[in-house]
Amino acid sequence: MSVLEIRDLKKGFTSPDKEFHLVVDVPEFSLESGEQIALEGESGSGKTTFLNLIAGILQADSGRVSVDGVEMTALKEAARDSLRARAIGYVFQTFNLLQGYTALENVLLGMAFGVGADKSHATKLLERVGLKERMNYRPRQLSVGQQQRVAVARALANKPKLVLADEPTGNLDTTRAQESLTLIREVCKENGAALLLVSHAPEVLSQFERVESLSKINRALGEDSKFKIQNSK
Amino acid sequence: MKGLGGLFLIVRRSLRQHALSTIITACSIALASGLVMAVFAIQIQTREAFTGGSLGYDAVLGARGSSLQLVLNTVFHLETSPGNIPYSMYTEIKKDPRVTLAIPYAVGDNYQGYRIVGTSDELFTKFEYQHGKKFQFQAGGRAFDPTKNEAVIGSFVAAQTGLIIGSTFTPYHGLVYDEKMKHNDLYTVVGITETTNTPSDRVVWIPIDGIYRMSGHVLRGTGDVYKPKENETIPDEHKEVSAVILKLRSPQDGINLSQTINVQGKVATLAWPISKTMLELFDKIGWLSRILELVAYLVIAVAAGSILASIYNSINERRREFAILRALGAKRMTVFAVIVLEAVAIAAIGVVLGYLVYAAILSATAYVVKTQTGVVMNVFRFDSILYITPLVMIAVGALAGLLPAFKAYRTDVADNLTPIS
Repeated sequence: MSVLEIRDLKKGFTSPDKEFHLVVDVPEFSLESGEQIALEGESGSGKTTFLNLIAGILQADSGRVSVDGVEMTALKEAARDSLRARAIGYVFQTFNLLQGYTALENVLLGMAFGVGADKSHATKLLERVGLKERMNYRPRQLSVGQQQRVAVARALANKPKLVLADEPTGNLDTTRAQESLTLIREVCKENGAALLLVSHAPEVLSQFERVESLSKINRALGEDSKFKIQNSK
Repeated sequence: MKGLGGLFLIVRRSLRQHALSTIITACSIALASGLVMAVFAIQIQTREAFTGGSLGYDAVLGARGSSLQLVLNTVFHLETSPGNIPYSMYTEIKKDPRVTLAIPYAVGDNYQGYRIVGTSDELFTKFEYQHGKKFQFQAGGRAFDPTKNEAVIGSFVAAQTGLIIGSTFTPYHGLVYDEKMKHNDLYTVVGITETTNTPSDRVVWIPIDGIYRMSGHVLRGTGDVYKPKENETIPDEHKEVSAVILKLRSPQDGINLSQTINVQGKVATLAWPISKTMLELFDKIGWLSRILELVAYLVIAVAAGSILASIYNSINERRREFAILRALGAKRMTVFAVIVLEAVAIAAIGVVLGYLVYAAILSATAYVVKTQTGVVMNVFRFDSILYITPLVMIAVGALAGLLPAFKAYRTDVADNLTPIS
């Protein structure tokens, strides 16, 4: 069964010079339950916008996104928030950990708005990612690699059906990046979550059985497209 | 920890992260809350103490003039006496069937600033300062002998001056202590009254005859100067009294006496009922109460403004935090509720501290009122203002949180999750 289905998804924005530019134009895309795929995309290719549309953080201009059988695009904002809380985990490029909270609290907040926080589950996740001794540390007290592991644990805290990862190894050195990638894939597999990972690094992409190119699935990036953005919405 | 638990965690963390501004804002709330409670409590208690309490007597007879001045001087031992009335007025009214008790007062001297009042021993044998309560003496004490230079002092006077039973002291002329105005007479303390929590605790009582015979005093009851000789009985026509406190047979008798003395007479004033006279005082200074209330309301407004400013200024730097929470699935209303809860929490902390401010202000005020008038205020008395004010402050806090909450509500998630590619 598909955990993610996309049909004719479009999203654009108006530039400062009042021109409308299409950023995402994906006719078709899907991801099966438990499947792990990598999406190759360069900087400015709209990959974050694409992920945000899937997560319901952005509202599409048209088209359909279904997550775990629920049509995200047909929902009002509050319902999209609830669906995201329940069914989607997100590993951000810069982790986006809450600085004033401990590692454990970050993970607890990852589940508080969805399934409801479970301290023992959060603890187990942090142990699984190797942070048993660092649960009460704040992000600034953790290394970059450790912060990333907290982000991974948080993304899986609400037992999502789908995990989105936006350049999760972008800030790590080669060794840590490999460890991190392995961890994400293993933990997703253990928890039965599908994984959609976006990256431009060949060493990351090469480890996935299925790799899609954003430039192929996103018609907005075609040669005729006028738009090349640094900061897509 | 679904929903509410997450909310409380976020609120707690935020307050701790902005600890300094939280504390400062809470202190301003505490000041506002404590001030409001104190202003209203003081108004309520002083009004009751000065107008509603039982004094043990119903009316005061004194020289023609202001009833208010007469009552303040006689009941609360404040102000100067409005003048004297002939001793005969005392003896006549004492015989009046409408009067069940008449006790004379003669004032004009002091000891270390505490007023000396010449009176009859009936003050201790018949007078009840509250229903069923006569003056009691501390161990070893008794009423004065009206023929001797003996004194009974109030408990507050004893505590402040150090006088004990057997102590001797010299009166000073006037209402204010002046070393140069020393009389030559020596008095012995024979009794210290138990605390009554009335102005009587601040008084030195001596036989009224002692006032008449005090060195340096002259009597002008007939208009001519009369200086009493030792061991000589003083004729009544030479004597005057400052006031006569009266217990009346019935309220109707008060009406009749008031008509006779105040309306038909020209010599004296009957202050009756005493509570009505004191209410006139509070009406006269009602503008002061209103100013104090206005100040209190302004302080509330300032405190509310400080909550708003404190939280509003933090919203900009917390946009990313809100965006992250939204990205984790928090709804806009959740973020809104977080900010309002923070404002409520700060107000609640301030309100709790406000009770300390209230207690401090009321204690200080109670001390001043007691030392100046003898009237006792109760710091721990429960008035409705003590729960209305906190509720109002918390509501004001919530209202102050609405604007920053709305700003947080409008946070754009994608824009504030940085960086993106």
